[in-house]
Amino acid sequence: MSISDKYHAIRFAAVEKIEKIKEKPHVLVGTATCGRAAGALTILDVFREEADKHQLDVIIDEVGCMGYCYAEPLVVIAKPGFPALCYGPVDEGTARRLVADFLVNDDPCYDFAIAALEPNDEFPTFEDFPRGVIEKKIILADCGLIDPDDIDHYLARDGYAALAKVLEMEPYAVIEEIKSAKLRGRGGAGFPTGVKWERCFQAEGSPKYVICNADEGDPGAFMDRAILESNPHQLIEGLIIAAYAIQASTGYIYVRAEYPLAVARLRNAISQAREKGLLGDNILGSDFSFDVIIFQGSGAFVCGEETALIKSIEGKPGVPDHRPPYPATCGLYGKPTVINNVKTLSYVPHILRKGADWFRSIGTENSPGTAVFALAGKVVGTGLVEVPMGTTIRELVYDVGSGIKDDKMFKAVQIGGPSGGCLPESSLDLPIDFDSLQEAGAMMGSGGLVVLDEDDCMVEIARFFLDFTQKESCGKCTFCRLGTKQMLDILTDITQGKGSLEDLNILQDLAEDIKMGSLCSLGKTAPNPVLTTLKYFRDEYEAHINEGRCPALMCKDLITYIIIPEKCSKLCDVCIGSCPTEAIYTRPDMLKAIHLDKCVKCNNCMVACPPQYKAVIKVSPPIVEEKEETVEGGKEDE
Amino acid sequence: MSKVNITIDGQQYQVPAGEKLLWAALDCGVYIPHLCANKDKERPDASCRLCFVEIEGFDAPVTSCTQEVFEGMVVKTRTARVDRLVQTAFELLLSNHKLRCGKCPQNRQCELQKISRERKLKLKLTRLRPLLTEEKAVDDSTDVFIYDPNRCVLCGQCIWVDHKVVEVGAIGFINRGFKRKMGTFGDVPLAESRCTQCGECVKVCPVGALVFKEKTE
Ligand SMILES: Cc1cc2nc3c(=O)[nH]c(=O)nc-3n(C[C@H](O)[C@H](O)[C@H](O)COP(=O)(O)O)c2cc1C
Ligand code: SF4
Ligand code: FES
Repeated sequence: MSISDKYHAIRFAAVEKIEKIKEKPHVLVGTATCGRAAGALTILDVFREEADKHQLDVIIDEVGCMGYCYAEPLVVIAKPGFPALCYGPVDEGTARRLVADFLVNDDPCYDFAIAALEPNDEFPTFEDFPRGVIEKKIILADCGLIDPDDIDHYLARDGYAALAKVLEMEPYAVIEEIKSAKLRGRGGAGFPTGVKWERCFQAEGSPKYVICNADEGDPGAFMDRAILESNPHQLIEGLIIAAYAIQASTGYIYVRAEYPLAVARLRNAISQAREKGLLGDNILGSDFSFDVIIFQGSGAFVCGEETALIKSIEGKPGVPDHRPPYPATCGLYGKPTVINNVKTLSYVPHILRKGADWFRSIGTENSPGTAVFALAGKVVGTGLVEVPMGTTIRELVYDVGSGIKDDKMFKAVQIGGPSGGCLPESSLDLPIDFDSLQEAGAMMGSGGLVVLDEDDCMVEIARFFLDFTQKESCGKCTFCRLGTKQMLDILTDITQGKGSLEDLNILQDLAEDIKMGSLCSLGKTAPNPVLTTLKYFRDEYEAHINEGRCPALMCKDLITYIIIPEKCSKLCDVCIGSCPTEAIYTRPDMLKAIHLDKCVKCNNCMVACPPQYKAVIKVSPPIVEEKEETVEGGKEDE
Repeated sequence: MSKVNITIDGQQYQVPAGEKLLWAALDCGVYIPHLCANKDKERPDASCRLCFVEIEGFDAPVTSCTQEVFEGMVVKTRTARVDRLVQTAFELLLSNHKLRCGKCPQNRQCELQKISRERKLKLKLTRLRPLLTEEKAVDDSTDVFIYDPNRCVLCGQCIWVDHKVVEVGAIGFINRGFKRKMGTFGDVPLAESRCTQCGECVKVCPVGALVFKEKTE
């Protein structure tokens, strides 16, 4: 049997199995880590119990993440005769209703539905919403729609077709296709993947290795986890193709140990791929043999840096080395090694199946394809999104993310996590790609995108990220070990109102020097959050220093909580109960007031004060104790 | 051995092909500050970040301990960018260093003092904050030498000798980030570790962190 005959036999069996599933009602519950956090496992149980109770002949599967985090737990129901519908957030009651009304009877409960998955006359699809218009899913396309624990779901959707095709190509032709597609690494820096493979292909030394970097250590980043949990075969197929291109026989997937579900689903996927002859000796009957080892990393951020990651697999401390030599020529055990991010490898099967021209037709000239972002922060539609490169920040925030929460004012986006930067309102129309972000002082990084509003203090944001990188620095080189500590101390002082204008100059100079002088990219990019906020929000730094004022009312040392007498209802005392330190007291006139010396600024009273009063406010600069009596309007006779 | 022609600060030199620029320059009598470099290491640590130079055609300063010489290489050891990086790296090291040279047994034999002399950099903190707020305990448990972590610059020379020359394996880098330090396995005093007290590590310490007891008297 030829390679393609072998493949078609496997695929045919999978398609037959999936067609059978489609004859019955099919319930998909998103149980990736994000869904589980929202209670998806309980919802799964409810569906199973209720289906049993009603003795229904339905198939209930666990799937991964569709990316609509704000609507978790998500459930998709495909019942013959109806369009497949997506529901969320689904609580236990809704789950019972969906079984009783939709699965037992034929009422699709449109009230609970978010969108249909395919065009129909009854209900809008995701593509009918602004988010769906802009989004273009390639590597997230099947996430949340296929069972990651059953290889047949992936096979039935043309999974491993690219591999079957590649095995009949010359290895170098595969590299040329990736080069021609201009695929750039999604691990942060955007290095051309084809060039990396070519260097490794040409490098002397054997054996060669491929490594998938699934360390994902950025705070708030979870796209790689979602892909591993939702569609592990896509990555495995990409990894096998990379291995074939450089003729490696062993591959590693370096996953952080904090991702147990991803590891479990990967393990299962690898063993199923082996059973089908897609991994192991003589893949699909070809001469090519390759297998994968899962390596669980200790979870240090710096271990995501490629030289540190390699040392960590070798059993040495995860500390970066000077490059060159690059891993492509001298990597794992000194051998030529390709190391790519989860997303990078996940694009590979699509490119080989649909061609380099197709890939280049999406995105921008120098950054083709899509970008995956974890939208978070003060945006309505948080979640995982995949948009063509070149999409503007405005489209991402306002169309894809449906704008800012609670009608607040947009202030900035923080793109790229600790190695990225904060871009202000004037950058809203910046088309996002690797180069434009770099020019603006930010970075694609791992794809975190945090939306900040008027309540976010830019000095505190810079301090937060620097605190992270300072703690995660491996400590090897002088600039990063001591320089980030110096910067952090200055920033901490500023947020406490103890900074000086001279500090700002030192901060700027240190940031530039650390960027230029550090050994690895952790140090080289650590100053970005500070440099961008200094550039775009210098006035906020100056307000902290010159006036002791935090414009966003966020820095605790620079604010005071007060209760506005005119607004306080007198009759209500929820604030008193909410205060952990008994700082709030009732004045003889029944108005409530706060003992400033007892207040620990926990924010509880502000949350507790009923919305019809909103009597608790924050002021900055902070009120000095003696002035308490002279607070505006607070002069009523005792 | 084949040679290549390079220019350093306007002077032409012939240096062995394949050599790292730092060693080539030092052999030619051109001083470049350095603490962590070690000729015998196959992969330089490049951790002290003091050996920066500029090379014609390169867009940013590079560490000379990692850069191989090549035919026609044109090097400048002193440019505005290099001086600024070296000054900051030096000041950063000082910001975490017990700066009482008069009381230090290595006074006048210290590599930091040499850098200060060569590059006219002050041996005191003017711009940065002192980070050494609480002094760490000095390990005087061995009969032969003491280890003062407050003077250590983390160059790693002692660890190399311990691992690769005397092959004892008593010390290594422990902890991460700002807490990184030279220490024994489990951070026990040297006398309780595998240390044989041969004193070889003391001989390579460029500063006053490892000092023979006879000198501390
Ligand atoms: C501190 C640090 C952390 C990193 N973490 C990751 C990570 O979690 N995942 C990743 O793919 N790349 C990470 N990288 C980038 C890798 O070093 C490497 O460039 C990347 O894995 C290459 O893959 P790509 O070409 O597909 O982007 C990190 C780099 C640095 C400096
Ligand atoms: S830049 Fe930071 S993380 Fe990278 S080698 Fe230097 S100390 Fe370690
Ligand atoms: S001697 Fe080059 S970095 Fe230390």
